[in-house]
Amino acid sequence: MASEIELIDVTKRYAGSSEPAVDSVSLTVPAGEIVVFVGPSGCGKTTTMRMINRLIEPTSGRITIGGTDTRSLDPDELRRGIGYAIQQAGLFPHLTVAQNVGTVPGLLGWGKARVADRVDEMLDLVGLDPADFRDRHPRQLSGGQQQRVGVARALAADPPVLLMDEPFGAVDPITRGNLQDELMRLQAELRKTIVFVTHDFDEAVKLGDRIAVLGTRSRVLQYDTPEAVLANPADDTVAGFVGAGASLKQLTLRRVREVELSQAVTASVGDEPAEVGRRLAGSGHEYALLLDARNRPVSWVHARDPRQPRPVGDSVSLQSTLQDALEAILTEGGAAVVTGARGEYVGVVEMDAVIGTVRKLRDEHAAEVGT
Amino acid sequence: MPARARPGVAVSFWEFVADRWNRLAVEALLHVSAVVQCTLLAAVIGVGLGVAVYRSPLGSTVATALTSAILTIPSFALLGLLIPVLGLGVEPTVVALVLYGLLPIVRNTIVGLSGVDGAVRDAARGIGMTRLGALTRIELRLAWPAILAGTRTSAQMLMGIAAIAAYVRGPGLGVEIFAGLTRAGSANATNQAIAGTLGIVVLALVLDGIFALIGRFTTSRGIRGE
Repeated sequence: MASEIELIDVTKRYAGSSEPAVDSVSLTVPAGEIVVFVGPSGCGKTTTMRMINRLIEPTSGRITIGGTDTRSLDPDELRRGIGYAIQQAGLFPHLTVAQNVGTVPGLLGWGKARVADRVDEMLDLVGLDPADFRDRHPRQLSGGQQQRVGVARALAADPPVLLMDEPFGAVDPITRGNLQDELMRLQAELRKTIVFVTHDFDEAVKLGDRIAVLGTRSRVLQYDTPEAVLANPADDTVAGFVGAGASLKQLTLRRVREVELSQAVTASVGDEPAEVGRRLAGSGHEYALLLDARNRPVSWVHARDPRQPRPVGDSVSLQSTLQDALEAILTEGGAAVVTGARGEYVGVVEMDAVIGTVRKLRDEHAAEVGT
Repeated sequence: MPARARPGVAVSFWEFVADRWNRLAVEALLHVSAVVQCTLLAAVIGVGLGVAVYRSPLGSTVATALTSAILTIPSFALLGLLIPVLGLGVEPTVVALVLYGLLPIVRNTIVGLSGVDGAVRDAARGIGMTRLGALTRIELRLAWPAILAGTRTSAQMLMGIAAIAAYVRGPGLGVEIFAGLTRAGSANATNQAIAGTLGIVVLALVLDGIFALIGRFTTSRGIRGE
């Protein structure tokens, strides 16, 4: 269950300032999608998000959630129906993890037993063992764990809509990556409507079903899928924000399973070197891939020196991004081995396939813009 | 029971205390009861004042300045000034003690409330707590250690000031001190003044210990400094 959010000509003007902070923003967040508001600091993206749950009241314009005008509801009631997760988590330090997560269900008047069950379910969902974490206080958690609890608290009352304001901004890059992966896994399961605010374009590309690139006064510079924004920035400002390496970033959006795999010359580890040499001779390849009894890649051998196998270092799965594949191609020196669900050999990705994919993406979006 | 009045006969301090034990005990009780009640009243008013002004920098400054100003009035003078208005006895005592007790409580309430992490306050409102709910369930709980520390300071201060209330015929151990001092030179005058003073010191220490215990049991493990 999820609801569409619609912003219609939303403007926020602060007293004593001639320019509005948010100038006539209109956009629709489709139900069940993650829309990322991305833009430089101070562009009004947070203000825009906070107008959705009325932490900031719009000066003019209309915001509807699931077709209901937010102004027709009591602001506190409205917020109880919208998940809210922020930077540094904002956990209540004097309450336990369980009390933090159970806050909104408590506000909604759920019974004690139901709240307790729900708390455990939520902690499980965000990857924290309830028995271990339930009775801890926030200061006994790492930054990443605090963010997880923050997300659990936002989801506890099962709201159809979730607002997230740079929720992973204050943690180290590795933890942030993990939290992003977790959010994507959660979203695949829950399909909430999520408005996610960040100034990190890479994060926007990774998480967003759509990206709204916002300029000053929250003007929508481009609102499109990450692929389209990367392939065809609407103007120089967006291009500047996309930054260098747009093509490399596009590789994070494509999975290995989407490209055509090549086949290497294969042999079994038990085969005679002479037999391997014979197979290579007619193929035009220089290297052969040796597989074990369960068809898993073990090592590469060169035609000239079939007795000196070189172990396979970096392999990728069908779910890996093309960026991972490129990394593996570079470290392996020519082709990245692709393995299936049980580690069995499926094929190899070569440089040409990666280049071809990037070219195709760019052509597709150029064609879209052309029409 | 030894006879209470043995005028003119000088005795040792401990004999004096033993002699006057009943009277001293009653005065100690009155003293502590006046201080505790006035501290509570000051806490209610002070926290209310702090809550009312902490969001506004101007309001906070004014409230702090005003309560500081009260504290600079010599207690002797304030009590004296209250006599024409409230007469003698309990009323001027209570008014003076409550006024003096305000500053540490008001200041610590403001400091405690404005020290609450902005993200925590934002989260409280963002997940749907009412303004009152956020104040009572989150902000005041987090400011509690500071408020309690302010109240503790007030209680200590009022212990001493309450002695001076004897000047307006207020209750408490101040009576002994004043009587002793006015009879300075005569038999047992020093004993009397010391008994009152020492009594106040002991009461102050006991009350402080009680405050420490209250702090221990009313502060969440999540915010207790240890």
